[in-house]
Amino acid sequence: MAKITFDGIEVEVPDGTTILNAARQIGGGIVPPAMCYYTPLKGSGGKCRACLVKVSAGSAKDPRPMPKLVASCITTVQDGMVVENTINQQVMDVRKGIVEMLLINHPLDCPVCDQAGECSLQDFAFEHGVSTTRYEEERRTFEKIDIGPLIQLHMTRCILCYRCVYTADQLTPERVHGVLGRGDASEIGTYIENIIDNEFSGNVIDVCPVGALTDKTFRFKQRVWFTKPVDAHRDCTTDKCNGRVTLWYKGKDVLRVTARKDAYGEVKEWICNTCRFDKKETSDWVLEGPAHISRASVIAQNHYELPVVNPQVIQDLPESTTRELERNPPLRLGGLNN
Amino acid sequence: MGRKLLTEHINVEGINTFEVYRKHGGYRSVEKALKTMTPDEVVEEVKKSGLRGRGGAGFPAGMKWSFLAKPEGVPRYLVCNADESEPGTFKDRQLMTKLPHLLIEGMITGSYALGARTSYIYIRGELLYVLRILEKAIAEAYAAGFLGENILGSGYSLDLHVHPGGGAYICGEETALLESLEGKRGNPRNKPPFPAVQGLYARPTVVNNVETIAAVPVIVNEGGDEYAKIGIGKSTGTKLISACGHLNKPGIYEIELGLPVEEFIYSDEYCGGIWKGRDLKAVVAGGSSVPILPKELILKTAAGENRLMTYESLSDGGFVTGTMLGSGGFIAMDETTCIVKNTWNFSRFYHHESCGQCSPCREGTGWMEKVLHRLEHGHGSMHDIDLLVSVAKQIEGNTICPLGEAAAWPVAAAVRHFRHEFEWHVTNPKEASAPGAVYRGAAVLA
Repeated sequence: MAKITFDGIEVEVPDGTTILNAARQIGGGIVPPAMCYYTPLKGSGGKCRACLVKVSAGSAKDPRPMPKLVASCITTVQDGMVVENTINQQVMDVRKGIVEMLLINHPLDCPVCDQAGECSLQDFAFEHGVSTTRYEEERRTFEKIDIGPLIQLHMTRCILCYRCVYTADQLTPERVHGVLGRGDASEIGTYIENIIDNEFSGNVIDVCPVGALTDKTFRFKQRVWFTKPVDAHRDCTTDKCNGRVTLWYKGKDVLRVTARKDAYGEVKEWICNTCRFDKKETSDWVLEGPAHISRASVIAQNHYELPVVNPQVIQDLPESTTRELERNPPLRLGGLNN
Repeated sequence: MGRKLLTEHINVEGINTFEVYRKHGGYRSVEKALKTMTPDEVVEEVKKSGLRGRGGAGFPAGMKWSFLAKPEGVPRYLVCNADESEPGTFKDRQLMTKLPHLLIEGMITGSYALGARTSYIYIRGELLYVLRILEKAIAEAYAAGFLGENILGSGYSLDLHVHPGGGAYICGEETALLESLEGKRGNPRNKPPFPAVQGLYARPTVVNNVETIAAVPVIVNEGGDEYAKIGIGKSTGTKLISACGHLNKPGIYEIELGLPVEEFIYSDEYCGGIWKGRDLKAVVAGGSSVPILPKELILKTAAGENRLMTYESLSDGGFVTGTMLGSGGFIAMDETTCIVKNTWNFSRFYHHESCGQCSPCREGTGWMEKVLHRLEHGHGSMHDIDLLVSVAKQIEGNTICPLGEAAAWPVAAAVRHFRHEFEWHVTNPKEASAPGAVYRGAAVLA
């Protein structure tokens, strides 16, 4: 075990834990943002530089500060380490700079982006960015590419976090997509269009922190904050898929299916493409109840409508809930939603 | 004329063949090391010599060697970094073309010292003809029994391979080089772990520059103490300087460290002064990534002392009034040089060569290039100059590998010392963007 001080708060974590994960144990607003690091993906992290922190004392044995800011997602803790994040002005300034760098070639097409509302870059920019830009040049753009029958790659929005590359590499037996080119001309690519047909390929959509990889069965169907997440499961027959998912409802319709994510947007259990793309009827699923959504999320601003198709569900709801729903019927939008 | 340790026989006819090289005392260090010294004694000599890495960072080579982890039963590697692609640096190419056996001799002696049984020379992809020269020389060394099984009956065996890169500057960064050597995309790795612990194929690895390895035979033959007598302070031995730009005699010079910069530029033994009788304007002393210095500051330090060709003297004054010895790519610019255009050109290079892995470098290098392009072509504004400094600062120190700094330093230094020239480009856009236009005002010295 190692004891570290993060932003003045002491926390004890097992040896080998990264600074970021130690901070996540404390939780709250002091947790550094992570745009590329993804706990379940081996080798991820260190690229976006959003999580840079100041180590003002390396360890109890060697209390010298580290000369440069370090990426908290890949730096492991040492006993007696003192880390400064939100209390360090240099860290905050650098983070602002990172937001700026990530945004200069981003199209900022949030109004028509399917990721809006659950986008890590949007949240990151909201928390640390500035409202003006100093970038006057033309932005980098790419053509949209279908990298499979069900997934679209909109490279213009990509921040090159490499998460999808690691996902494809570690989840599927034959990796068919990677990074082509270099510098600001590098792009995620399959080289040959429409080649991804692996049963777990849909997970690249879930790991994408921005709207670069989108679910073609959901594109432009609905703003995410008008949909309601409900946890559900089914007896999935695909090998290695346990069928535990989140269904996103609009009224009575399941608009999309995703894997379940934790508070930091990380998927712990991957799901197969059958669950994700093919099972869009409530009758395919056993509902477990509303998924937990952070109060800070725009999705939480919506009221839950009851997906009343499966009678089993209503039976299982506690009486208080049904009574509440009768007395206070869910918000409906101008009759469009009946 | 200083002593020539590496290039003494460089102009001997046929020195690239094993026979002639051997006749001029070649491979003596292998015999000496394998027959009379233990590996640790070789490392000790290199430590004593004070030899510093010649690739740019100047880290003491002996110390790097002694950091190498040596777990039982795990192979170790020596990798030679021959991916020389810094603008202004072209010393290794010449060394490998003319004296391939010197590098091979260094590789054998070095590998013996480190206990490596397989070693690699990773060579820049554009230098395929040099690769052929090296392969021929390696074949000769195998035939003569200096490579392969049981070298000179000592029981030590070594295989040496040459591997060409795809032609990427970033693969000169040691961890990107190792990735590339493993057959992957040449992205620098996150550190730690350092190559000395987990390098090539996750085994302990030492990566050294060509010139560093070529200095090993000299050190073993003459002894570390003898080598350390050349030079000043912590800058020992000789260094190859590839001088280019507006000089009367550009070329590769082996100098004893400690030579005054003024002598190097103006003496007839070396560069012979600035061409066409013009005045010197600025110098980039160690390859395009080190800060540019105006004439006044490259000849004398801010304190008024003579600037010497040593690691310490060149970096005197930090980045405010100093620079770095770097890889020894000495670029001299005469009074007709436009610093803005030159900075844009450097910046274009780093934009093109960024691997695109981490965001500050990927986005920042392109941004700086575009702003510099605008300034050079008469479309810039005053706040663009501050923007450049700000972007450079946002990149510096926040990237995975030193390419970010390499891109940021020259821009920051050019604005620091030649701000008037940038401002002149803004206030006189038409004049400044005309071909051959040049600003002749004074540089900022502090």
